[in-house]
Amino acid sequence: MAESHTHDDHAPIEDIDRAPTKYEILEQTIRELLIEKKVLTADAIRGQMEDMESRSPEKGAEVVVRAWTDPQFKALLLRDGTAAVETMGVDMSHAPKLAVVENTAEVHNVIVCTLCSCYPRKLLGIPPAWYKSHAYRSRAVIDPRAVLRDFGTELPEEVEIRVVDSTADLRYMVLPMRPAGTDDLSAPELVKLVNRDSMIGVAQARDPSSPPHESDGMSSRV
Amino acid sequence: MTFKSGDRIRVKTTVPTGHCRTPFYLRGKEGVVETDLGAFRNPEELAYHRDGLPEIELYRVRFDQTHLWSDYSGKANDTLIADIYEHWLDPAS
Repeated sequence: MAESHTHDDHAPIEDIDRAPTKYEILEQTIRELLIEKKVLTADAIRGQMEDMESRSPEKGAEVVVRAWTDPQFKALLLRDGTAAVETMGVDMSHAPKLAVVENTAEVHNVIVCTLCSCYPRKLLGIPPAWYKSHAYRSRAVIDPRAVLRDFGTELPEEVEIRVVDSTADLRYMVLPMRPAGTDDLSAPELVKLVNRDSMIGVAQARDPSSPPHESDGMSSRV
Repeated sequence: MTFKSGDRIRVKTTVPTGHCRTPFYLRGKEGVVETDLGAFRNPEELAYHRDGLPEIELYRVRFDQTHLWSDYSGKANDTLIADIYEHWLDPAS
């Protein structure tokens, strides 16, 4: 107890200087070759990473709220997602086609990419680590109800669970159900209810009568 | 051959080498065409830096979960959607 040595209170430091995996070595080699042969520049790669990391689910939430409040926009969004979000200023020129599926009282869609990690990055940013995990990608198709329960999403038994495996050239986003009791909320207030996971379909949009979760952070931190 | 909405199809069971976008768990399974999504360059060719032409029709296909998994624990009306290229589909007999 009479210990004179004390540590500062800090999180344990993780050793990130571990040996690279073979895929990391492969990526680095190809990247260096592309730069050396002047196919790409280091600055172009850096700029692309910065652009990717600058996107956030906030844009997707704005699209959802527009669909909740504008029936004409909603009809276009469900028919042609790319055209709809372009009217909101999202640059889709180099992006795969966007398809939006609507969650209702009868059907609950949940998105997965079993082959890799296809994700509507223009609207939701970089996918969370769990979305790319083998566990999610296999269990979401085999036992979606258990996966939803793991995410704290309890749905009535009679609701059809519809798993959307984005296998090919489209990227899928869920239009979550508008929570009850939100008729009087403004668009900025509604945006705070649309968490990222509700647009993947593993959760529902936040009920305004329950307090936001710390981990949902997205809207509370901006 | 072009499928239309409502057609019953069966996914081919072939196992080609190289890149493809048809998950193994759907091969040999029967489903229903929901939507014709239009034509896209063939990803099996694009993956090897070829032009992917001619374009191939892509379909959104719906499967019953209880058909995909014999021990499926969810409800009988649960479904799964996947987008599958025409050359992977045969009419279900």
